[in-house]
Amino acid sequence: MGNMITVTVNGKEHSGGVEGRTLLVDYLREHLGLTGTHIGCDTSSCGACTIHMDGKAVKSCTVLAVQADGSEVTTVEGLANNGSLHPIQEGFKEEHGLQCGFCTPGMMMTATDLLKNNPNPTEDEIRHALEGNFCRCTGYHNIVKSIQYAAKKMQSPA
Amino acid sequence: MTNYIGKSVKRVEDKRFITGQGKYTDDIKLNGMMYGYFVRSPYAHAIVKSINIDRASKMPGVNKILVGADIPEAIAGVPCGWQVDFKNGDTMKEPPHPLLVRKKVRHVGDGVAFVVAETRAQAKDAADEVDVDYEILDAVTCPKKATEEGAAQVHEDAPGNLCFDWELGNPKDEVAAAMAAAAHVTELDFSNQRVVPNAIEPRSAIGHYDTAYDKYTLYTSTQNPHLIRLLMCAFVLGIPEHKVRVIGPDVGGGFGSKIFHYAEEALVTWASKELGCPIKWTADRSESFLTDAHGRDHVSNAKMGFDSEGKIVALQAYTYANLGAYLSTFAPAVPTYLHGTLMQGLYTTPKINVDVKAAFTHTCAVDAYRGAGRPEATYLLERLIDLAALEMDMDPAELRFKNFIPAFDGVEQEGYTTQVALQYDSGNYDPVLKRALEMVGYEEFRKEQAAQSNGKLLGIGFSTYIEACGIAPSAVVGALGARAGLFEVAQVRVQPTGKVSVFTGAHSHGQGHETTFAQIVADRMGIGIDDVEIIHGDSDSVAFGMGTYGSRSLAVGGSAIVNSIDKVLEKGAKIAAHLLEASADDLEYAEGKWTVKGTDKSVSFGDVSLTAYVPHNYPEGLEPGLDFNAFYDPANFTYPFGAHVAIVEVDKETGEVKLKRFIAVDDVGNVINPMIVDGQIHGGLAQGIGQAMHEGTVYDETGQLINGSYMDYCMPRADDLPSFEIDRTVTPCPHNPLGVKGAGEAGCIGSTPAVVNAVIDALWKGGFKVKDVPMPMTPERVWTAMNN
Repeated sequence: MGNMITVTVNGKEHSGGVEGRTLLVDYLREHLGLTGTHIGCDTSSCGACTIHMDGKAVKSCTVLAVQADGSEVTTVEGLANNGSLHPIQEGFKEEHGLQCGFCTPGMMMTATDLLKNNPNPTEDEIRHALEGNFCRCTGYHNIVKSIQYAAKKMQSPA
Repeated sequence: MTNYIGKSVKRVEDKRFITGQGKYTDDIKLNGMMYGYFVRSPYAHAIVKSINIDRASKMPGVNKILVGADIPEAIAGVPCGWQVDFKNGDTMKEPPHPLLVRKKVRHVGDGVAFVVAETRAQAKDAADEVDVDYEILDAVTCPKKATEEGAAQVHEDAPGNLCFDWELGNPKDEVAAAMAAAAHVTELDFSNQRVVPNAIEPRSAIGHYDTAYDKYTLYTSTQNPHLIRLLMCAFVLGIPEHKVRVIGPDVGGGFGSKIFHYAEEALVTWASKELGCPIKWTADRSESFLTDAHGRDHVSNAKMGFDSEGKIVALQAYTYANLGAYLSTFAPAVPTYLHGTLMQGLYTTPKINVDVKAAFTHTCAVDAYRGAGRPEATYLLERLIDLAALEMDMDPAELRFKNFIPAFDGVEQEGYTTQVALQYDSGNYDPVLKRALEMVGYEEFRKEQAAQSNGKLLGIGFSTYIEACGIAPSAVVGALGARAGLFEVAQVRVQPTGKVSVFTGAHSHGQGHETTFAQIVADRMGIGIDDVEIIHGDSDSVAFGMGTYGSRSLAVGGSAIVNSIDKVLEKGAKIAAHLLEASADDLEYAEGKWTVKGTDKSVSFGDVSLTAYVPHNYPEGLEPGLDFNAFYDPANFTYPFGAHVAIVEVDKETGEVKLKRFIAVDDVGNVINPMIVDGQIHGGLAQGIGQAMHEGTVYDETGQLINGSYMDYCMPRADDLPSFEIDRTVTPCPHNPLGVKGAGEAGCIGSTPAVVNAVIDALWKGGFKVKDVPMPMTPERVWTAMNN
């Protein structure tokens, strides 16, 4: 455990030792017990492990924990604010954007990144943004609607 | 009275999933837990000459390395749950499927050793150092080639690699005579390629032996915890069932692949006692590709004969079905009783014969994948009828209307008896296709298609399907070879305060049972949905259960819940009658209270519940408590049906296919939660379309799965699919109390042939009269079809 790192996850600072080869996703799941971030593949293809690192969506299976040293990380556990759901979480619930829930955290993290950069995306833009996230349950139909719901909600005054 | 049924109630379970609090097997961490990793064969067929674990055993953190020889002889291999006999009456070949191989590997991914270490990374490191000496042998991967002379043999005791041969329907000579008299015969040779279920959660299992209670707990990503317990205890480990608890926690999709009992489950359970610690194993995605049971993989020849009016007069189907290297739990049922029995489709075909040869090959096991046998039957029928329409220059929709079985409700009119051993429960087939044509704007589309002149070829493809769901009447499946009953179990426990806990043997891994079942309970009992909790997935809390597959949860499990509620209300009425000083016959139950008919005297459900548990003023001779279970064994399968239509555009220059629209009109009987049913349809469509356009395993001649990762196996992505246009008709099931038929597989069963038919239609209309484009229809394959 030769490498000391300090990472701020969902607003809370964590320091500890990790192996050089430890992936960020394993650090989050195994070291910090944040199991909301999932592992669905070993080729950075499925997107189930998507999180935000310094404000950008990244696949946490493609980042070493040591690379996250000094970073701000947000996971699905950090999406809601003081118990009130993020609009994207609300969207997934309202539009039935999830079934088994396994891809959902990664989907929502990718979607919030999309909406940050493109607050009013077209259906094509949403589908394009999701090409790195696999869902086997929903056929993506309601995921698209969930993101549209969130886009609308985030634009309308609170 | 209905406050919830038929409404799109938002899902109860969503909250934990959208906040990252779902609890999947790999999320569970037990004290002192070790991690297991498999050494798997890199060869499809080889003799294991030696295994050297010396260097690996000395690696950091390693606790134990198990090989085949470490497993006691008393531990049997993985069993098969369905027996299909040869035509001549001989029992199917059922070769052993050991937890770890001893002498010979039979597919890439076969388990050779199991390394247990303190961390997963350490177990993986040590697995790399296990030295296995293999003598490589020839392999066979195609089910047809496997049965040819000289093919490599998978099992010594299955000559010609034949597991069984099987036939159903009218005698072949009768079918041949009808075919010979036909005005037109359409014939097609085709493959229904092998696909990988690919639930996004990889399989995972944790074995934990508790010395204090002499009890094992297995956490596993399964669709049916009780079935795993039964198979593992009675047929593999020989440990008493009451000493094993199986928990299927949140499960990240199954699609069939998590029905089966896998070697890894038994191994971690057994090893947890041997090693004295809990052991977790979670598959890598590459490992999932090599070891999760695959789906489909048929090689077929089929003929459909028509009279001069376009009426179907005969159907003959020959299929070679690939079973893989070992028999998975339900494998023999899939190409037979879930496939041959569906060859009537929606049509009045008077003569049908289905002939199936099931073969072992040096590949991963094949078993039920969403639809299981029914998609293969639908593909065969629907490809033939659309192709026949092109060949006979008839409209494909008209040709179907001409051949549909007339409507029957199963109450006033009898169910429809097919030529292939089933009796359909209720059906009304014209309206689904009519509605689909309306949604398409069919006449307009045909005009647009005729006018197309931009180098793109427009095509439309149809598929009108039927499925047998609500699996299944136990006596019927028993007669067909099932080694289990297929009833379902429910327990409705009313708490003293009138809150209700419902225990179901069905298992939700995305289907939303916690919501749908609660809607039923709340409505039937006239209470709020928040007063109901659905509990599933734990063999120690749920009395028994057969689990979730074959679109059975609502039709079978939901019916068991209804029957339990009836028992609760019947007893409740006795208590209410006592409290109201009336006769139970004079009471009616509505909106959560019993009322003496014609009066305003009533007592609430909550008061009756409390009285049942505080029985001070109580009917003489009646037991306290309000807690009932029911075992529901369905009278028949259910038969959902529908019409799917695909519209594609084919690029003449590149062969690229764009799926422009997909229209689905399904009839799944009564609907409890439209939002959830729509979601099930969407997901099924994506998988069926995926098979048509993107997915398919590629085994090379040595038996390597060369696209065994998400980099290589093409999963359908969001930008590959359009938004779906869906609608439904409602033809209730006449034989279950909810009138429901099941919606889990419909999308996947109907959609695949519609897409392929659309491409064939586009090519014909563009002047390329090709009969088939093999799936998945890559641009290269479509281009080759146009240019050969």
